[in-house]
Amino acid sequence: MKNAVGREIPEEILSLTGKEPFQGNNYKEGVPFQRSAPTVHPVMDNQHSKIVQSIREALEKCNAHDGMTVSFHHHFREGDLIVNMVMNEIHNMGLKNIKLAATSLGKAHEAIVPMIEDGTITSIEASGVRGKIGEAISNGKLQGLAIMRSHGGRVRSVFSGETKVDIAFIGAPTSDEYGNLSGTGGKTNCGVISYSAVDADCADYVVAITDCLVPFPNYPAQISMTNVDYVCVVDAIGIPEKIATGAAKPTTDQRKLMMAEYCTQVVVNTPYFKDGFSYQTGVGGASIASTISLTRIMEERGVKMGFGIGGLTKPMCDLLEKGLVNVLMDTQAFDLDAVTNIENPNHYYITASEYANPFNKGAFVNKLDYVILASLEVDVHFNCNVVVGSDGIITGAQGGHPDTAQGAKCTIVICPLLQGRIPAICTDVTTVTTPGESVDIVVTDYGVAVNPNRPDLLEALQKADCVPLKTIEELRDIAYSITGTPDPVEFEDRVVGIIEARDGTIMDVVRQVKPL
Amino acid sequence: MNPNLKRLRRSMMFLNCQKPGLIKDPYIYAPDSIMLDLEDAVAEREKDAARYSLYHALQEIDYRGVERVVRINGLDTDLWEEDIRCAVAGGCDAIRIPKTETAEDVRRVENAVIAAEKEFGREDGSTLIMAALESAKGVMNAFEVCSASERLFGIALSGGDYTKDLQTTISGTGVELMGARQHMIIAARAAGVQCFDTVYTNLKDMDGFRRDVETIHTMGFDGKSIINPRQIPIVHEIFTPTEKDIIFAEKVVREIDTKKAQGIGVFTVDGKMIDIAFYDGAKRTLALAKASGVYKGDL
Repeated sequence: MKNAVGREIPEEILSLTGKEPFQGNNYKEGVPFQRSAPTVHPVMDNQHSKIVQSIREALEKCNAHDGMTVSFHHHFREGDLIVNMVMNEIHNMGLKNIKLAATSLGKAHEAIVPMIEDGTITSIEASGVRGKIGEAISNGKLQGLAIMRSHGGRVRSVFSGETKVDIAFIGAPTSDEYGNLSGTGGKTNCGVISYSAVDADCADYVVAITDCLVPFPNYPAQISMTNVDYVCVVDAIGIPEKIATGAAKPTTDQRKLMMAEYCTQVVVNTPYFKDGFSYQTGVGGASIASTISLTRIMEERGVKMGFGIGGLTKPMCDLLEKGLVNVLMDTQAFDLDAVTNIENPNHYYITASEYANPFNKGAFVNKLDYVILASLEVDVHFNCNVVVGSDGIITGAQGGHPDTAQGAKCTIVICPLLQGRIPAICTDVTTVTTPGESVDIVVTDYGVAVNPNRPDLLEALQKADCVPLKTIEELRDIAYSITGTPDPVEFEDRVVGIIEARDGTIMDVVRQVKPL
Repeated sequence: MNPNLKRLRRSMMFLNCQKPGLIKDPYIYAPDSIMLDLEDAVAEREKDAARYSLYHALQEIDYRGVERVVRINGLDTDLWEEDIRCAVAGGCDAIRIPKTETAEDVRRVENAVIAAEKEFGREDGSTLIMAALESAKGVMNAFEVCSASERLFGIALSGGDYTKDLQTTISGTGVELMGARQHMIIAARAAGVQCFDTVYTNLKDMDGFRRDVETIHTMGFDGKSIINPRQIPIVHEIFTPTEKDIIFAEKVVREIDTKKAQGIGVFTVDGKMIDIAFYDGAKRTLALAKASGVYKGDL
């Protein structure tokens, strides 16, 4: 069956998953659902200790079993040691058929590939995967399906019980012996642990893993002891220098600077740019450069931002320090400046649900004026692909892309016309992750295209005459005139992964790649 | 005469032919010219590969009006003649001669270019020449170099080698380059060709770069060799006439035309004394403004 972005969703996948094809952004608006509740193991005895001596002991006490679902957060990014630590122990116990429900998986977790191959892990749910894990999935090594969800979509899935977490492992930079957890104050700080909040609320067992035990009570706690069953102290939960993926130094790449300047011009010449506007940007070189050039114009014109959301980086925190934004709402810290900036009283911790969950009563993303995003591919329908490479291999993550793109009043996607010799602006993206209805403006190094659904934005930019305006088809044609029209990637029939829309419907499927 | 002899050349950007990623679409940064380098930037053992990339780039890529100059290897090597065959076969717009010291150097290149144009069926005279002066001798001979060929559109200072020859170093103040710059611009103007300044290699010092460009702009240079697209906007900003300059130049041209018909030789425009001596300068400002895309008027 074809969905609302024209993607064919096989009937067997619909019946296997019980899901519906994507029907448009607001299909589930106001449709009631029953929130899932965990099984709770009450603690009343004042002699009860939550401390366990090892991951193994925690697994045994939490009734680890074949076929269970375990969850993790990705706040330590490429410096994460928790996933491998726990999965190794599960592997050593000989458990099989595990569903790995991480908020995201990266190259730090390539040690789990043999566990995919030997059937320890048979399904994966994550925002996305990279490196060898992506290759393993795209080559059909995972027995079950990989489900890629946005950050907001994951909260929806756990809240609605679609993802039933048996044991949530929460890496905590600090914890007390009773399980009050925080992202700061330890030796492996990540600032916030927002993505685990839903796991703490909904998992049957919650295990905190820390390398810094602090005196009780560890307050203010980002995750409360009331949700934590066990606390395990280990030597190291992460590698601090690998936690910060954000560019510490602003880019000097003129191509990125050019796109950043176009992006800034788009922002300042569209109607939402006025005192009190709201803004979110990513961690790419052009996005960061754009925040820096936007800062300059805000200072010149005396325009102040009401709130910024993140995925935060140094340039956003600099805005706060300069008094150019009232408050920052933080779901993850991309660099060490953002990690330490949480001490600023106007820099607030928010959960992933508050950030982007489409199935609560209104998330922060809904209040965004601007979001600046990147994309691997954008097609002439403005659909974006941020998960599957142009070679068909899963290589990225949805992150908050679909959430913020739908939420923001003006969604700007920065994408160079060519990624190497591959046209990034194309007729049809390899895989749709964010629907074109959410995307308003595409900024490339060859010009800027406005979604025809937004004549108001087009008119504003035409009037300002501030950027080279092109249609998306013109950009595609320039790309193809340079590279030639690419042949579509060849896939096998077998579906290995699902790109889930925010509301749980199916945006697209990912098939096994044909061997070269 | 090749109509491109006098084209706008404010920014001439070096690009290493050994790196296809650099030469695939430099036009997005809108330099006036690119200088596709087969010489110093290319490793000795990669000269063949660089020529191969160069030829195919010239043949396949639409550079969207950006002038394509090829810097060949020095005349003291056994590479330069094949460089010229390859560049002319590809259809380049001009050849840049490194380490030029005499008019004879220019004529040797000119002869090779003529032969290559014939060999590859390219229009006679379609390939221009520019000469880089990189030694004291070259600078001393600037006027004879400028006058050596009808195809030669200009000369360029190459500061690194020149200062070595002078037994000094680049100081950042421009003092060591002062004599060469002054001599070259005078020689170029005397011969009626263009004159270009050397590269500024400290990419971290954009303020220093700006001061350098302002200096050579004041001295009368037509443009500057650059090594990074980041430098382009600054050069263009400084070399592009301001709105005030354009309005004034328009008034000067119109007033001189009107007053000439009335038999008046000297008069004032905006309080400044103007006579016929200002005419060419005002016309040049308007031509530069038009070529830079900031003047749409009819003068």
